[in-house]
Amino acid sequence: MRATVMDIYRLLPKTNCGKCGEASCMAFATKLSEKEADISLCTQMTDKEREKLEDALAPAVREIVIGTGEKAITIGGDDVLYRYELTFYNPTPLVIEVSDDLTDEEFEKKVKTAEETEFERTGETLKLNAIAVRNKSGNTQKFVEAVKKVKDSKLALVLCTFDPETMKAALEIVGDQRPLIYGATEYNLQNMADLAMEYDCPITLFVPHNLEKMKELSYSLRSEGIKDIVLDPGTFVKGGTGDTLDEFKMIRRLAVEQRDPDFRFPIMGVPAIYWLIGKESEVEKGIREAVTAAKLMNSYADILIIHGTEIWELIPVLTLRQSLYTDPRKPQAVEPGLYEFGELDESSPVMLTTNFALTYYTVEGDLKSGNANCYLLVLDTNGRAVDVSVAGNQFNGKAVAELVKEAGIEGKVNHKTLIIPGLGAPVSGEIEDESGWEVLVGPRDSSAAPDFLVKLKQEAK
Amino acid sequence: MDKMTKLLKLLEKTDSIEINEFRMDFEELELQIVPAVQQAIKKSKQQREKEMLEALKFVPPIESYPGSVTEVQLGAGKRKSVYLGGQTALYRFEEPQPNPPVVTFDVFDIPMPGLPKPIREHFEDVMDHPGDWAKKAVKEFGANMVTIHLIGTGPKVMDKTPRQAAHDIEEVLQAVDVPLVIGASGDPKKDPIILEAAAQAAEGERCLLASANLDLDYKRVAKAAVDYNHAVLSWAITDVNMQKTLNRYLMKEGLTPADIVMDPTTCALGYGIEFSIDVITRTRLGALKGDTDLQMPMSSGTTNAWGSREAWMKNGNWGPTEYRGPIWETITGLTLMLCGVDIFMMLHPASVKILTEIGNTFTKEYMTTDLPDISGWITELEN
Ligand code: B12
Ligand code: SF4
Repeated sequence: MRATVMDIYRLLPKTNCGKCGEASCMAFATKLSEKEADISLCTQMTDKEREKLEDALAPAVREIVIGTGEKAITIGGDDVLYRYELTFYNPTPLVIEVSDDLTDEEFEKKVKTAEETEFERTGETLKLNAIAVRNKSGNTQKFVEAVKKVKDSKLALVLCTFDPETMKAALEIVGDQRPLIYGATEYNLQNMADLAMEYDCPITLFVPHNLEKMKELSYSLRSEGIKDIVLDPGTFVKGGTGDTLDEFKMIRRLAVEQRDPDFRFPIMGVPAIYWLIGKESEVEKGIREAVTAAKLMNSYADILIIHGTEIWELIPVLTLRQSLYTDPRKPQAVEPGLYEFGELDESSPVMLTTNFALTYYTVEGDLKSGNANCYLLVLDTNGRAVDVSVAGNQFNGKAVAELVKEAGIEGKVNHKTLIIPGLGAPVSGEIEDESGWEVLVGPRDSSAAPDFLVKLKQEAK
Repeated sequence: MDKMTKLLKLLEKTDSIEINEFRMDFEELELQIVPAVQQAIKKSKQQREKEMLEALKFVPPIESYPGSVTEVQLGAGKRKSVYLGGQTALYRFEEPQPNPPVVTFDVFDIPMPGLPKPIREHFEDVMDHPGDWAKKAVKEFGANMVTIHLIGTGPKVMDKTPRQAAHDIEEVLQAVDVPLVIGASGDPKKDPIILEAAAQAAEGERCLLASANLDLDYKRVAKAAVDYNHAVLSWAITDVNMQKTLNRYLMKEGLTPADIVMDPTTCALGYGIEFSIDVITRTRLGALKGDTDLQMPMSSGTTNAWGSREAWMKNGNWGPTEYRGPIWETITGLTLMLCGVDIFMMLHPASVKILTEIGNTFTKEYMTTDLPDISGWITELEN
């Protein structure tokens, strides 16, 4: 179980000296428990005391860094089974696997796709995070050649081969970049463990469908002094789905609720397996791979290896990741106020929306891609969507009138026409009464807003 | 007691001792303490070994739950029956679900020109007749159930009368033998009247009336269900307390937990799905922990996913909507299925197929399925 505020408080000096910036040790303990403060802020502890506290605060699932410098990604770090209890940390990296048996051209193309795929959503650029070089050929030289090609990639690396000799040859090239070793199995454990120690790299333990054995081998690795372990219990699909979900959930429950030291590690899922098992068309396999990724991400996967790179397959997975890892303790909101788009003058139209991040960024994206020229007033609805805030009455005549006044829009334009979202129609009369502005009800979906403005302009002429 | 006896007493209870400042003369030590210490050390070594073996043993983390989910029967009379809920545990490895999650296909009483193209193309030929539409969903796409949405009764849609609604229900009842969910148009004034007429037309067939909520005359909906033997969908908007209140109100009207299915609201992928995840998870945990106001199966209006622009909007940078739509619907449903939802209202045949396939594994025992050998995936996976 996670350390409670009281547990943490007991380990603090309890002098309430205030040097950490908090009024009391209790307040500091609360911040620590929510992961909103750093232990080092309390300067009043001995090293021994600090160590004790650090141990108590260590997350149930070990945080592991793959890659170095700019490339570094962090996985694990979770402390709860359900996101509403706190939040989930370290969004699951999507790792694109690249086979060492591709032609140079194909290889380069896939690496480039992995590096460049981007998807904009609610003001965030969602990206892929690492490359897994896969020793498909079974040939050491080929693997080394492939690894050389991604040595200077801007993404972190996962090295996939079960042959320790081949792994060693690859580590000689990129071992200083902290790649994730994939993987140790019951057959090569000692040799792979030696490599992980020698090169100080995190290592994946691959034990398909056998948690008993996984526990045993995890214990062995730990006894060797290895700290950074990733667990891959095997990804089974179709009829095997149930067993895989069971295993992911058991591992995480053992880590969080029982603090079983052999399972307190990030879990890896390999949706790419669908391409091995599935017999469907390419498109169907892409769809199924995305669904498999979603399934595992929902069931605690901390890192995923993916085969397909079609954008329609990746968008839903990236979106799910963004949703799962938003912090439930914080409203997803933007600053209310006046925003400007394109070229403006006194006659520019004025629109209204709410400060829910999803709403604002959707509208912003539409206005930008439609090259709209307009002012946008953003109403403080405590981060609620249009219809939600209409229903909850944060979106009302008074609030809008205040916003109009405070934003100073009346000094910027020579008209008094406010375009509101279609879903705000029920309060249009109220807004007119309170603000003295004329209200024009716009389209329901903001994707139609730029066209709406063009039409307005034409009608005015 | 002298020092010696104290120490020996202490040793009886402890596995190991830390000797900080302790002095004793040699003879005494040799004569009395050594055998005791040796014994203690021996015992503690055995103990430690045993503990270590114990710690090394893998034990599935199975919990026991004081509560369980009530089983709800849908379909009676001339209908095949479908059962929802009945879970006594959170996860399959603790206890498999007695019933797999169920999918119910959306069918409408009007042709619905607004449906996205990837769906319309499957049903274009039957959209004029809800009976044919329902039949196709069952025969061709294997629907376990059908949801007939009486959208046409909306005052701003076609303002169909309760009689016309009852007629549409009869048509669908004739066409298929699966249980029905009966939905109205979403008009809080008219919905209870429509649902009442529909309930009467389907007397004894045990349909699910969708829905009762706090913004309409839920008493009338509950009464129709009691009078004509149906179940009620209890819909609250992502709020556990609202859900509890509504369930309690419905039970006051004579419904039992076996007559209620909850709809905690489905926010689609990318449009607040995290709200639904949290609420549905909390609801199911509440049920298992023994909260009797929450021990009903749950439903998801998964079709909400089609409202997401990533599902329908043409955009060259995002690839064809043909694939995006079904994935969006599948992942929305799947995510909530993993949180405990029992019945899904869906539109696209491909999404239904995938979801059913995954859901069917929920009733199997852990370690009873033959799994393929994937140990060589690094070399065996295609390029
Ligand atoms: C998620 C959600 C919630 C979340 C809130 C999330 C949030 N931060 O806002 C929670 C759980 C908190 C919630 C609460 C409530 N909700 Co609610 N909720 C939803 C849900 C599922 C999605 C809303 C959403 O995120 N939409 C996405 C955003 C991007 O949409 P949007 O802000 O409207 O923006 C779009 C358009 O408006 C337009 N647009 C926006 N700005 C502009 C500007 C211009 C100029 C133009 C032209 C267009 C435009 O384009 C945007 C993109 O498409 C909807 C149902 C649905 N719509 O699917 C119900 C819904 C909005 N909720 C509803 C209700 C009733 C409530 C509650 C009142 C429930 C209650 N009784 O407690 C509370 C109110 C809380 C409060 N305000 O105090 C009802 C509203 C019914 C109505 N219209 O009266 C809905 C429609 C569900 C329903 N069918 O009944 N809800
Ligand atoms: S600095 Fe340390 S001792 Fe001082 S108030 Fe903060 S937590 Fe307490």
